[in-house]
Amino acid sequence: MSTTLLRIATAGSVDDGKSTLVGRLLHDAKAILADSLDDLARTSAERGFGGEAGALDLALVTDGLRAEREQGITIDVAYRYFSTEKRSFILADCPGHVQYTRNTVTGASTADAAIVLVDARNGVLEQTRRHLGVLALLRVPQLIVAVNKMDLVNWDEARFTQIESEIHVLAAELDLHATTVIPVSALDGDNVVEPSANADWYAGPTLLGLLEDLTLAQPAGAARLDVQYVIRPQGGLAPGLDAEYYRDYRGYAGTLVDGSLSVGDPVQILSNGYPAHSTVKAIGTPAGLVHTAHAGEAIVLELADEVDIARGDTVVAGILPEAVREFDADICVLAPVKLAEGQRVLIKHGAKVAAAKVAQIEHVLNVADYSREAAATLALNDLGRITVRSSAAVSVADYRDSRTGGSFLLIDPATGRTLAAGIIQAHDEAA
Amino acid sequence: MTVTAPAPAGTQRSVLDALEAESIHIIREVLAEFEKPGLLFSGGKDSVVVLHLLAKAVYPARVPIPVVHIDTGHNFGEVINFRDAVVKKYGLNLVVGSVQEYIDRGELKELPDGTRNRLQTRVLLDTIESNGFDVVFGGARRDEDKARAKERILSLRDEFGVWDPRNQRPEIWNLYNGRHEPDWHVRAFPISNWTERDIWSYIQRENIELPPIYFAHKRQVFERDGMWRAVTPVSQPEPNEQVTIKQVRYRTVGDASCTGAVLSAADDVQKVLDELAVSTLTERGATRADDRISAAAMEDRKSEGYF
Repeated sequence: MSTTLLRIATAGSVDDGKSTLVGRLLHDAKAILADSLDDLARTSAERGFGGEAGALDLALVTDGLRAEREQGITIDVAYRYFSTEKRSFILADCPGHVQYTRNTVTGASTADAAIVLVDARNGVLEQTRRHLGVLALLRVPQLIVAVNKMDLVNWDEARFTQIESEIHVLAAELDLHATTVIPVSALDGDNVVEPSANADWYAGPTLLGLLEDLTLAQPAGAARLDVQYVIRPQGGLAPGLDAEYYRDYRGYAGTLVDGSLSVGDPVQILSNGYPAHSTVKAIGTPAGLVHTAHAGEAIVLELADEVDIARGDTVVAGILPEAVREFDADICVLAPVKLAEGQRVLIKHGAKVAAAKVAQIEHVLNVADYSREAAATLALNDLGRITVRSSAAVSVADYRDSRTGGSFLLIDPATGRTLAAGIIQAHDEAA
Repeated sequence: MTVTAPAPAGTQRSVLDALEAESIHIIREVLAEFEKPGLLFSGGKDSVVVLHLLAKAVYPARVPIPVVHIDTGHNFGEVINFRDAVVKKYGLNLVVGSVQEYIDRGELKELPDGTRNRLQTRVLLDTIESNGFDVVFGGARRDEDKARAKERILSLRDEFGVWDPRNQRPEIWNLYNGRHEPDWHVRAFPISNWTERDIWSYIQRENIELPPIYFAHKRQVFERDGMWRAVTPVSQPEPNEQVTIKQVRYRTVGDASCTGAVLSAADDVQKVLDELAVSTLTERGATRADDRISAAAMEDRKSEGYF
């Protein structure tokens, strides 16, 4: 297979017809096999969907758990898989009602593109602003707004154009660059996989067509690898290998998250804030030794010098990231807790875990109008800005340059629970 | 719409390369963060792929963790032979939890229908606990089932092995958090994002060996519940069920007492891929009696502590 993988997240509520849209996408892309379709038809009939025999409630496609079917709600992010001739897709379907922010953050953090649903009758609502705010914070590379239920506004071009321009104003306000707005009817299938016969005024792509043709931008910045695991096979060599050859072997395993790295490149190793220097001696990949590795590859580095490197250290080439013990970050609270100033947490950044504190809470974001308000604590689903103080130096990068170097988790040291997701980026302080 | 230029050569990675890299990243995180990992290994294609990835993740070191097999006593002989050959090839330690021994000791009772799939759960949990595993890798994929579609890559289990879908941790970016309370453990599913087709494509690309029952062979079978069931000591036809010889293969490797074969002439990986491309049934729907009981069968078993 020479196709590429695209990760998509959807955001929107049941009322926007999101589940129906996802079901329509999977159904029309022929990703639902016969036995699952039988289940779907049976459940649709049991629930009395539609009037005509054989009508499918496509929203049921994304209903995963019994509790969800019984209550008619979606509890958790569901992952769906489908492929076309051009591409394979992983779709993270994020429920809109329950814990929307938590779910959207989870689904969107790894997404190459996000689809936000807007009901054509309602236009841009506070909820839309909320979803766009979260997606902007996470810097999802491509944003697609599907204006759904166009059939219920008689495919009115003026209505669509009005919503489209509102979206573009919002996108500009949020610094969301790549935004495409598509008029669809998930129920009838217009512009999802097949072009609509009801909108001759629309010349743009269908939703699937757009997803198939999106270009994936490669993380370009300076090479960065967080050492996950040090491989020292002395005594435990894989069967069949020459023990003499590997006697002094030491490999630093991790994922190259940005840039590219070649044999012979000078690198710096950041170990608790102190840089050491070396040169790349060899690069192992799952397919064997290579001269150059690219962002996204899981590799093993051998270095020319004996350097003391442990899990959590960072190997970089080119610009040295800042190694800091205190930094500002935007966080999204993901657990039902109240984060307060002085609270002790663990920070997980790259492959490093260290004791840390919420040193200060600067503000909470009002997602309705994107204004900043003073706050003493941050609660579940809040987006806010804090100062983190860490016991160990953290090699931070701006999230805009490095999704990995600029992101972290806060973890409850007592229960191990993930408390918050954090993003490190310079703010326009004048705003 | 705008026509976009292709990315520079060498940067557009294939689906398999992207999935492989993600899985190895997860495996390395788990090996580094947990104290005592094990690998659940059934000899099925998914666990074989996880083992292959595990070996790549630590190369040139040997796979540093034991493999765990929950032996129901109803396994296909070919699969047990394959398991033993793999253990030898990789130089692994094998831990076996035997359902038969539990039955012999009177700690488990045979179910009325004679299948043992559900009996595995108790043995699995005991084996995890008695060996002190704080994490076990598994080969579950999210495309297998609706309940699995919502399970995290690192899935927390409480002291009873129970999965609580309402209380899952968000998994964000590539930051996995495996911390847990002392008597809990974690199931790690590094191939969560692979589809059945990805697995077979990878098996082809990497030339990975599988148990022979995955490929077309002649076998004595009888039809039950719309599936072809092998005639084995643990799966016998009723008087009204006609035994015939058919050319079949298995899409999943489970117990002989609950896994059906599909009629197939696919005797190599490429032919299996060709069949998959036109198949109209899901892998579990086609061949697993244990998932057919109700639409929520998998969800129910997961909440009991199943794989």
